[in-house]
Amino acid sequence: MDVPLAYYLCLSAFLFAVGAVGVLTRRNVIVVFMCIELMLNAVNLTLIAFSAYLGSIAGQALVFFVMAVAAAEAAVGLAIVISVYRNRQTVNIDEINILKW
Amino acid sequence: MTAESLVFFFLAAFAATTAVLMILERSPLVSAIYLIANFFALAALYLLLRAQLLAVLQVIVYTGAIMVLVIFVIMLLNLGDEPHPRVRLDLRTGVTVVLAAGLLAEIVIAVVTRGGGVPRVQGPPAETLGTVESMGDALFGKFLLPFEISSLLLLAAILGAVVLARRRG
Repeated sequence: MDVPLAYYLCLSAFLFAVGAVGVLTRRNVIVVFMCIELMLNAVNLTLIAFSAYLGSIAGQALVFFVMAVAAAEAAVGLAIVISVYRNRQTVNIDEINILKW
Repeated sequence: MTAESLVFFFLAAFAATTAVLMILERSPLVSAIYLIANFFALAALYLLLRAQLLAVLQVIVYTGAIMVLVIFVIMLLNLGDEPHPRVRLDLRTGVTVVLAAGLLAEIVIAVVTRGGGVPRVQGPPAETLGTVESMGDALFGKFLLPFEISSLLLLAAILGAVVLARRRG
């Protein structure tokens, strides 16, 4: 392990920040969804880096569960997108405001 | 500079570039392609961190299943490019970028000032850390209950997706 742990953490922080910018600025709900996946992956990288540098398997087991949750989230989230598109003919989150008051 | 750090810097630059291009891209489909490239770079980084099983799962689950599902939905809905220009210079974008830069600076400062040495804890030796065997030991030993609960979660997700996406009437 020649690369210091801090490098992995900084890369992961950068990816997370980019994902956060994407979630807050993009208006297409599918792109927002992909940015959330990017943020999940940034956290996964942190967990695996800590797991490798601490010599503990717990971080990798946690990444396994994050992947399971991400897969479930993808299935349900995209089903919601399809359902909304069928009713509203749009995927722009500025126009999907029925839960807003 | 060793080979490992060279590979790391290449993969890190690749991952960072594809992530930035992804949020700047107007076409959702091209965004998805950039995200897939990003996931491949992350899978290679997992290999560098000796998490072999998770590197394979990253490719199979994320690029193979989740992103195919996303691209399938993009094509099913026949989404075109977003109408607005690439980067809108309005108040919301400015505030967002400032907040994200603050978040990044906060994490980097915390890591640089406090993240010097991490103590090693007792566990499998580094060579066998991420193999299928040691992951299986962990998942079916210490993490058996969360593992079983995640199968319940996936069942609920399958039912939820079918119920939500079904055409009514």
